Amino acid sequence: MFVDTVVEDKALHKPAFLFGLSIAVLAIFFTFNFTNTIFGEFLSPVIGNPEKSGFFGRLAVSFVLTILFVANLLLISFARLKIQILIVWIELFLLFLAFAYSFDLEIAYIFSGQPSKIGLMISKGLFTTIYISAVSILIATAIAIVGAIAKLSNNGFAYAIASFYTSLFRGLPLLLQIYLIYMGLPQLGFMIDAIPSGIAALSLCYGAYMTEIFRAGIQSIPKGQWEASRALGFPFGLILRKIILPQSIPLIIPPTGNQFIAMLKDSSLVSVLGIWEIMFLAKKLGAKDFNHLEMLLTAAMIYWLLTIILEMIQARIERKYQQKT
Amino acid sequence: MANNIKMQTNSEDKPIISLKSVSKWYEDFQALKNIDLEIKLKEKIVICGPSGSGKSTLIRCLNRLEAHQEGQITVTGIELHERMKDIDTVRQDIGMVFQSFNLFPHLTVLENCMAGPNWVRGIDQNEAKERAMALLKQVKIPEQADKYPEQLSGGQQQRVAIARSLCMQPKVMLFDEPTSALDPEMVSEVLDTMVELAESGMTMICVTHEMGFAKQVADRIIFMDEGEIVEQNTPEEFFNNPKNNRTKAFLDQVLS
Ligand SMILES: Nc1ncnc2c1ncn2[C@@H]1O[C@H](COP(=O)(O)OP(=O)(O)O)[C@@H](O)[C@H]1O
Ligand SMILES: [Mg+2]
Repeated sequence: MFVDTVVEDKALHKPAFLFGLSIAVLAIFFTFNFTNTIFGEFLSPVIGNPEKSGFFGRLAVSFVLTILFVANLLLISFARLKIQILIVWIELFLLFLAFAYSFDLEIAYIFSGQPSKIGLMISKGLFTTIYISAVSILIATAIAIVGAIAKLSNNGFAYAIASFYTSLFRGLPLLLQIYLIYMGLPQLGFMIDAIPSGIAALSLCYGAYMTEIFRAGIQSIPKGQWEASRALGFPFGLILRKIILPQSIPLIIPPTGNQFIAMLKDSSLVSVLGIWEIMFLAKKLGAKDFNHLEMLLTAAMIYWLLTIILEMIQARIERKYQQKT
Repeated sequence: MANNIKMQTNSEDKPIISLKSVSKWYEDFQALKNIDLEIKLKEKIVICGPSGSGKSTLIRCLNRLEAHQEGQITVTGIELHERMKDIDTVRQDIGMVFQSFNLFPHLTVLENCMAGPNWVRGIDQNEAKERAMALLKQVKIPEQADKYPEQLSGGQQQRVAIARSLCMQPKVMLFDEPTSALDPEMVSEVLDTMVELAESGMTMICVTHEMGFAKQVADRIIFMDEGEIVEQNTPEEFFNNPKNNRTKAFLDQVLS
């Protein structure tokens, strides 16, 4: 992407925009009426009992919130880009925490028990989730390479099988695939455990999506590369391995990284098979004392953290491949 | 098979490439019409003709980047057809230089040149490297060996492409408008390389509109129009005494 060298005035620094924005924000705060929240209590020296403050109280609360909000924006706008990003991240995260706090949670519950519930989720659940995702990703990648080559070949069988496969596994909900494999294969006489069926379902489903990514990556390499290789007398496999795939990889990595992240979270679906991964443990541990939300939020945080780590790894790899070419 | 061996070991005046009434269609458009042509070892052929006349199609049929539907094409004693098993070994003996260079962008210049000998000729790393450096010297860019293609000018890239083909030690070199994508000031460096190659005795078939080059090196000039060979002759006869009206019109255009 090209960032233009001419910088426009910041909209926030134009009085007209600032005024319009303030009005709009005020309207929003007024509509949603924060008088009966913690903000109303803060202002009770001015507006008296929030419950009885009526129109004036509601307006005053909205007004103060608007000032705080707009002043915050204005202050951030003077910071350097990196700092801006950091502050906005922190503020949004605090808002998320406030949202969670409003559930009236019993945080201590997460750490209770022997071994502690969070310890169990990390030692058992996190490990299982990572194990299932990592194995599935490896298998899915292998499937995708074979599938992509099959889809590009002019062998009728190979193309038909590959396109039937991608159509079927992209066409069914993953949850359904998990049930079908777990309950369907034993009907054929194959006894299959929960974890292998979970891995099979995830691999097959994501292999189908990644087949399409790999196919598109291979196809986007100019025809001239094939022609030059062919003219040198390179056989097909060599061309693919040494010429085409190395050039496709930088194109394949970003969408593949997204698939990895999506798979990590979709691995929660195998909890329906009773596998002790993060989601299953969250449901199980919370159900005992009806503290569902505490454990679900814990699971949410673990998934989020994992995703952030994966995103950072992805950014690293992308940067490495961009330097090369 | 016995036939093939006899042709390969035969003396120099046997054709290294021969086409017998070759026709080719793209869908229902006929791009080549009944082409007859024989090319001897060490001969230098220049093919010219208006755009869309089938020049690229013709030379791409010679290493079977394109398939012909009728007639026979025999290259280095082996007939090209769709059921052949050893097309790759035939192609290894025929170098091709494209209008758009088609270097491998993820490999350095040196690696581009080593790839063929190392990967398919089975020559070890050191010898392939020596050979590549020798040919990069021959095309006068040994100092660019460790750069990537995109860091080179068009003329330099095309000379690397020539060196890459030569590293395979081909018997024939095919050129498809090797200077058409170049800025004018870079045309001559590529043509000079080609002239030197011609002087070294390489069999060359060049599609080009560089008439100066044609006069200098061609043994024979072939003029094509609408998928046919309209006229072929020595450069003197071709330029001074063109027989066909289409040839005359074409020459008027490119020489004016
Ligand atoms: N892949 C193709 N599919 C269909 N028609 C083609 C294809 N390649 C070339 N042609 C047609 O064949 C004719 C000859 O093309 P070409 O050999 O590239 O001409 P030249 O190299 O002399 O300019 C042109 O009319 C062109 O449109
Ligand atoms: Mg052409």
